[in-house]
Amino acid sequence: MRFSGWRVLKEGLTGNKGWKPHWRDPEPKSEYDVVIIGGGGHGLATAYYLAKEHGITNVAVLERGYLGGGNVGRNTTIVRANYYLPGNSEFYSHSLKLWERMEQDLNYNAMMSQRGIINLFHNDGQRDAAVRRGNAIINQGDDAELLSRERVRELAPFLNYDNNRFPIMGGLMQRRAGTARHDAVAWGYARGADMRGVDLIQNCEVTGIDVEGGKVIGVQTARGPIRAKKVALAAAGRSGQVAAMAGLTLPIESHVLQAFVSEGLKPIVDHVITFAEGHLYISQSDKGGMVFGSYLDFYSSYAARGNLPMVEHTMESFVAMVPALSKARLLRSWGGIMDMTPDGSPIIDHSPVDGLYLNCGWCYGGFKATPGSGHVYAHLIATDRPHGAATKLKLDRFRSGVGLMDEEGTGAQHNLH
Amino acid sequence: MRIACPLCGERDRREFYYKGAALVRPAEGADLETWHEHVNLRENPAGPLDELWYHELGCGSWLKVTRNTATHEILDVELASEAGLGGEK
Repeated sequence: MRFSGWRVLKEGLTGNKGWKPHWRDPEPKSEYDVVIIGGGGHGLATAYYLAKEHGITNVAVLERGYLGGGNVGRNTTIVRANYYLPGNSEFYSHSLKLWERMEQDLNYNAMMSQRGIINLFHNDGQRDAAVRRGNAIINQGDDAELLSRERVRELAPFLNYDNNRFPIMGGLMQRRAGTARHDAVAWGYARGADMRGVDLIQNCEVTGIDVEGGKVIGVQTARGPIRAKKVALAAAGRSGQVAAMAGLTLPIESHVLQAFVSEGLKPIVDHVITFAEGHLYISQSDKGGMVFGSYLDFYSSYAARGNLPMVEHTMESFVAMVPALSKARLLRSWGGIMDMTPDGSPIIDHSPVDGLYLNCGWCYGGFKATPGSGHVYAHLIATDRPHGAATKLKLDRFRSGVGLMDEEGTGAQHNLH
Repeated sequence: MRIACPLCGERDRREFYYKGAALVRPAEGADLETWHEHVNLRENPAGPLDELWYHELGCGSWLKVTRNTATHEILDVELASEAGLGGEK
């Protein structure tokens, strides 16, 4: 079933009776070439690119709950490629290019909106860092622009320009950045994978990973054992527990990151804007809600909900940045489980177990990575060689200390990111 | 989340700094693999976990807190200095 304007018109005139489910609900087979653990954005995108780019269609995606029910449905929907360090820089650049053609590729409306991101700066040091990062982004082949205070005021007149402690001196803008409809991204990849023959199996928790002689041979699931030549992890915040089933311990702590959305308001915030005082980031959804968040709660957590001190901090930052919206009422808040690595950057690599692949450590960068992650992970699984855009996302960098990607420059150890 | 400091009583989470899992430090001459495990690798359980918290805005004690990471319930708190963490693995 292809989507088109004509199809929407026809269904609208005939009572919308012709729409079909977007994917099948198959029973698991006893054996697959590739089993992907985790039916979120990354797992579904991986399945899609395995089928589309590599012709590997005997694939199952095993999901404990429902498709897209984890972090892909629990983020602030921001897409960008404004990283500084080699490793992250080329990877997120690759990912943003895939975002730009995703909807045509998937024939699915992901509401990709390249509204631009503005990272504000408030002092000379932050300005210098913004210039340096902007140059790195341009060298990577992506776009970056330094905005003066006056230009920021033209684009976002509602910000607080009278804040003496955190004066807005300007901003670093990336116009190709923006937001996308997060659920639709998962659904689009799910539909695309299903159409190419991938089995998407929901309510199918993996309870064990079978390893024989150092090689993976399959998985145990709530719906029976499944043999597999290759098994690929894509379990986000739960990566540590899934890896433990294969006897692996990962360099990951799971933390909670909260996000917030206000009641629907008339259009005011046209871009994604970040406030460099409290790590605050805001955008306005198409429904009108202010979508925003700031730091981790900074303690290990699987609770998918946070504590009030970080709620208070986030609200204070929000009101300091946009006093005009201080009367807006908060509609809801939620927490996602972040798989935090010591250097704050991800891992897409072989594991020490033959035939078992790792895709984890997304910290808070998982959503914008979705297409890039799926694309390079599928390449690794299919060819056993890393994709050119992901040669530095190595597991071993923590053991060796070589190639650490500490984007914030705070030190590559747990609890600093 | 409130943590009952053995010296100060129950206090708000805001008074505490989080260090991470409470681990016994490897011996000085331990091999690379042992240090790698200590510095980087984490059991990362969804359930009870022994952690180090620092009572930064209180008495300045380091605490060993046993906390359920799935529910945020605090199960036990003791002074780190009395928790036997000072030895070498």
